[in-house]
Amino acid sequence: MRIGLIGQPNCGKSTLFNQVAGYKAETGNFSGTTVTYTESSVRLMGNIIDVVDLPGTYSLAGSNPAEREVIKYLTSNEVDAVINVLDASHLSLGLVLTVELLEIEVPMVIALNMMDEADHMGIHIDVNMLENMIGLPVIPMIASKGRGIQPCFIRAFQVGQRNQVPHPPQYGPEVEQVLRILEGDLGGVESYLKPHALAIKLLEGDPVIREDIFRQKPDVTSDLKQLRKALQDQGAQNGEWLINEERSRLADDIAKSVVQQGKRKLTLRDKLDGILLHPIFGYIGLILILYFFFQGVYSLGGWIETPLLVLFERIEAWTLSLIGGDDGLVSEILLGLIQGVSGGMAIVLPYLVPFLLGLGVLEDVGYLPRVAFLMDSLMHKLGLHGKSIVPFILGFGCNVPAIMSTRILEDKRERYISAALSTLVPCAARLSVVFGLVAFYLGPGLALVIYLFNLFVIALTARILSRLVKDTSPGLILEMPVYRIPTVRTVINKAWWRIREFIVEAWPLLIVGSVILAIFKHYNVAIYLNTLVHPLSWLLGLPKQVGVPLIFGVLRKELSLVMLGQALGSMNFPEVLSPVQMITYTVFVIFYIPCLATMIVIRKELGAKAMWHIVGMTILIATLAALIARGFAEIFF
Amino acid sequence: MQLINVPKGQSVRIISYRGGRGVGFKLRQLGLSPGKEIKILRYAPLEGPIMVEIGGRAVALGRGIAAHVQVEDV
Repeated sequence: MRIGLIGQPNCGKSTLFNQVAGYKAETGNFSGTTVTYTESSVRLMGNIIDVVDLPGTYSLAGSNPAEREVIKYLTSNEVDAVINVLDASHLSLGLVLTVELLEIEVPMVIALNMMDEADHMGIHIDVNMLENMIGLPVIPMIASKGRGIQPCFIRAFQVGQRNQVPHPPQYGPEVEQVLRILEGDLGGVESYLKPHALAIKLLEGDPVIREDIFRQKPDVTSDLKQLRKALQDQGAQNGEWLINEERSRLADDIAKSVVQQGKRKLTLRDKLDGILLHPIFGYIGLILILYFFFQGVYSLGGWIETPLLVLFERIEAWTLSLIGGDDGLVSEILLGLIQGVSGGMAIVLPYLVPFLLGLGVLEDVGYLPRVAFLMDSLMHKLGLHGKSIVPFILGFGCNVPAIMSTRILEDKRERYISAALSTLVPCAARLSVVFGLVAFYLGPGLALVIYLFNLFVIALTARILSRLVKDTSPGLILEMPVYRIPTVRTVINKAWWRIREFIVEAWPLLIVGSVILAIFKHYNVAIYLNTLVHPLSWLLGLPKQVGVPLIFGVLRKELSLVMLGQALGSMNFPEVLSPVQMITYTVFVIFYIPCLATMIVIRKELGAKAMWHIVGMTILIATLAALIARGFAEIFF
Repeated sequence: MQLINVPKGQSVRIISYRGGRGVGFKLRQLGLSPGKEIKILRYAPLEGPIMVEIGGRAVALGRGIAAHVQVEDV
């Protein structure tokens, strides 16, 4: 038995899923798309059932890939029952999706979630009447407190077992008549939808369905035109929106009959938004929230990292002493192995864990859409939308969670550009290079200049990329959800699933990469590597030996500083590098190729092609930026 | 009148909107269909988005979109 959870964004569907899902829940993609769902096995009355959390959609109209995948999935035989999660505090808007779900005739129950919030807003809902009007079991629920969850799943289980299909919704008589005629025309058409639902989608003008049917039965075209015209003559305003309006009329009618609106209290949203979205205080608030976010994340990270480094140093020393301190191939490989393991650990524990937990909290509180609201106008000047600011901000800690956070963006273009740009943001590891080289030897003022130069390059790249990849989205249309206190379970689960992906997919590659580089080192490939990079180091006026630290820096960015000292034979850099060279090297390191872990995550999120694009782009930008920096530095030094 | 010209705090009714099918779809999905009453909650500074309330939900609309929405007084 498999039960699908469906609902509009912000209806508390994920909270419900997290209440029942275990740590083993799996995130998957619908084949051939980037649309993701999460699935988990749940024990219910001695049975094991699969629960699938489908992406939140406002409708099933197929206006974006997520909606099309959801409707295909629901009508396939893979789902035995559907739980439609409804936000009781916004019933009439949510019911539009319910009505649409009734059309496709799958066994279904309603989880009337957020009863507490509705109560707080003075909304009283007659549950029995709602059940009668839509002909489905309705179970009141407060998912965040775990109330009503078990009865809901039991009903869904029963409905699924009996394959109890609801009646399709009844629209106006003229519409129903047209639908019957269309249904007659559609005999023998192959589709994942039943004829009645197919007729509705056809009348609605769903482009994919229409094309599919016209290919199978070309004569339906003229019929559809005539029927639409007839409806318009009868006074229906616009064929295209006809079904849409019928649904929302029906939803409004139901909501009006079952909802009793008492005195509405001022909600937390009204009060908080007055400050957090204020033209002045809003931005101060944004800066403060981000400050505390980074402060919290870094102190948590530092607290974890320090003992971790000590531990791995000990393990390394112990391993070396165990094999007798010889520097043969075996010990090199062993050290490479340990470094790979510790490298992955150094990303996961101090960065991924705190950043993803923090991101989860900001997400679930409902603050991220507010950031989009505040930053939309600024980001528009770069050719982007407000929400794209989030990956940037996270990028300053570590690029890996930054790339992961592009998932909050719906638009593919936006995800691609944001991912590309966030790889240019200097993460904490690259910060160590800026500090260790420029700030330490040439002064903090110059480090600040490099930072500002970095922001300038990012802004410029954003403008260029947003011109190259054309924006097809019309602009911001975004719901500002009610502020909610996130449940610990949801935040931890979400962070854990993302971290697990990294551990399973990126970590092994990091370890393999480490070992390969160790073998390189043993066979003294350095000389070849330096020659390989020589055209570049020559162009930038850097010593030939920077080839090795630059190549190893791809594995972990800190290495481009540590190994620079080894390569040049001195950690006292002014002895071996001129100030111009230090600046040029640092600027190049800030921009060139994202680290291996980031590359792997880009491939996972956006595909191999996007990964190679970004690698190429960053090499180009790094070279140009380093040349510019070199030119300026030569004037001043 | 255009939605972007409505002062903060006022309630208006949507008459129509221009723009492609995509915009119409998204607006309708959030309940912003012609005939519905909305309240203007706030404007973001520097030509930023406008926030409106519809059926208890708050929705942010970019200026570009809001400029295409025709409304009337209630």
